[in-house]
Amino acid sequence: MAINEETVKHVAGLAKLEIDEESLKTFTNEIVQMVEMVEQLEELDTDGVEGSYHGHPQINVWRQDKAEKGTDREELFKNVETQKNGFVEVPDMFDKGGSDA
Amino acid sequence: MNFLDYTLEELHEKLVNKELTAVDLIESVYSNIEETDDEVGAFITLNKEEALNAAKKVDEKGVEEGNVLSGLPIGIKDNISTKGVKTTAASKMLENFIPIYDATVVEKLNQAGMISVGKLNMDEFAMGGSTENSAMKITRNPWDLTRVPGGSSGGSAAAVAAGQIPVSLGSDTGGSIRQPASFTGLVGMKPTYGRVSRYGLIAFGSSLDQIGPFTRTVKDNALVLNAISGTDDKDSTSYRGNTPDFTENIDEGVKGLRIGVPKEYFNEDGKETTIEKSVREALDAYKEMGAEIVEVSLPHSKYGIPAYYIIASSEASSNLQRFDGIRYGYRSNNIGSLEDIYVKSRSEGFGLEVKRRIMLGTFSLSSGFYDAHFKKAAQARTLIRQDFAKAFEEVDVLVAPTTTSTAFKIGGKIEDPIAMYMADVLTVPVNLAGVPSLSMPCGFFEGLPIGMQIIGKQFDEQTIYKAAYAYEKATELYKEKPSLKGGE
Repeated sequence: MAINEETVKHVAGLAKLEIDEESLKTFTNEIVQMVEMVEQLEELDTDGVEGSYHGHPQINVWRQDKAEKGTDREELFKNVETQKNGFVEVPDMFDKGGSDA
Repeated sequence: MNFLDYTLEELHEKLVNKELTAVDLIESVYSNIEETDDEVGAFITLNKEEALNAAKKVDEKGVEEGNVLSGLPIGIKDNISTKGVKTTAASKMLENFIPIYDATVVEKLNQAGMISVGKLNMDEFAMGGSTENSAMKITRNPWDLTRVPGGSSGGSAAAVAAGQIPVSLGSDTGGSIRQPASFTGLVGMKPTYGRVSRYGLIAFGSSLDQIGPFTRTVKDNALVLNAISGTDDKDSTSYRGNTPDFTENIDEGVKGLRIGVPKEYFNEDGKETTIEKSVREALDAYKEMGAEIVEVSLPHSKYGIPAYYIIASSEASSNLQRFDGIRYGYRSNNIGSLEDIYVKSRSEGFGLEVKRRIMLGTFSLSSGFYDAHFKKAAQARTLIRQDFAKAFEEVDVLVAPTTTSTAFKIGGKIEDPIAMYMADVLTVPVNLAGVPSLSMPCGFFEGLPIGMQIIGKQFDEQTIYKAAYAYEKATELYKEKPSLKGGE
């Protein structure tokens, strides 16, 4: 399928990214080149070949089903920008036109 | 003190004999950084106070004889989490991020008594081959300050090559340890997938990423790999088997060793490049030392780049979804809706190359493209793996160039993403196959180091180190110094 500015906008939406209008053309052009490059794989015969999805084959690694102390809650909040009553606080948004997320 | 003059064992001896203290070593590191890092630009963050305190403790306790690493300084790539010390992955997204835990490798280095002195520059989220994609700064190659140190672990390579520190850690997803090691005349090891825990490494391509050491000498490298290897309950992909002592019988020599030369890693039209010539000379040296040289074929090598860029980008697009502007990391001020928190934070926080990879990955995983892209790449990966397995039925290690060029000029490739990707052609198949590979210097061209990689069987880093040690002993190329530090 041909990739055009519309496809790029669609995929950017899936990835929660925004491409500004000025750079859309260059960006689309780059993505087209990248996709063309990876599509060299089309010429490879992979009929009946099982895919490899892991770094090395290892079957289910289990730990003992034993409760262990987790990380301290206060520690976990150290990188939170703003918090309130033990929750992560985010900017007020629902009164600003709602959300489609 | 210039760390280019000493091996880790020599530094250890000086600590044991009390010629030097651990505090002296740490002070040397920071004076080296002060002296050369304006030009080199290797470090993003320094933790001098903590490092000096740690060194004082080592000096009070006394250095353990035989524990070579105890009291020695090390630098850490900035995508490896360090408790209480900023870890940015060279991204605006994480410019204020302070981890609340240490990566397993950092914990292990601490246990060995090593002292982390600071965090090293890299391409943002380890995506790139020149360290020019850093949101923080440019790093320069100590052999020629107008050239890149390679990437993505460019800071880790440059700091050791400039003699600022004796050793550093990097990470390698598609060549990010071996290529910079090659560009800066160092020994860089990408261990077998699973050999080293990835816990605390900021994930890029989870089925490809491995952490490994940069050192000047082969034995130094083996010593550091000893310290960071092993099974980790916090990483279910870490290897459940034993960890050998990688320095054991390292000086055994290469008599009878079968070295494979993959013909696809050399120009097949007969036009030999300077790099290839240099690697062929190394192969002649191996032959003289009693090794047997065998030509082998890795027929699917040319599909390494496309398969790699699909798999690594797909994994990255998924891994980088966690950066949503909510719990940690950059949050845009330009928020009107919940969607904005995600979209604006990510669009303002990620750099251009990271966005390109996320886009390619999302595209490859999206409905309608999954079969032609992701599934096809996974199948190509199987074929590449089988190539290596077949070659290793005949030979003990493979020897090939690490890169197709020496260090290129700053700005030379950054405008052309595809050219930058193609430069990884000799390194990515190793990550796809999960096998270990070490790059070491095998010559120089116009004053710049040339790298040769020694690829081994899965979990057979020992044979790689033996082969590398023999060549290093025969040539002593590590004694050459970059122009920045008085070399020719």
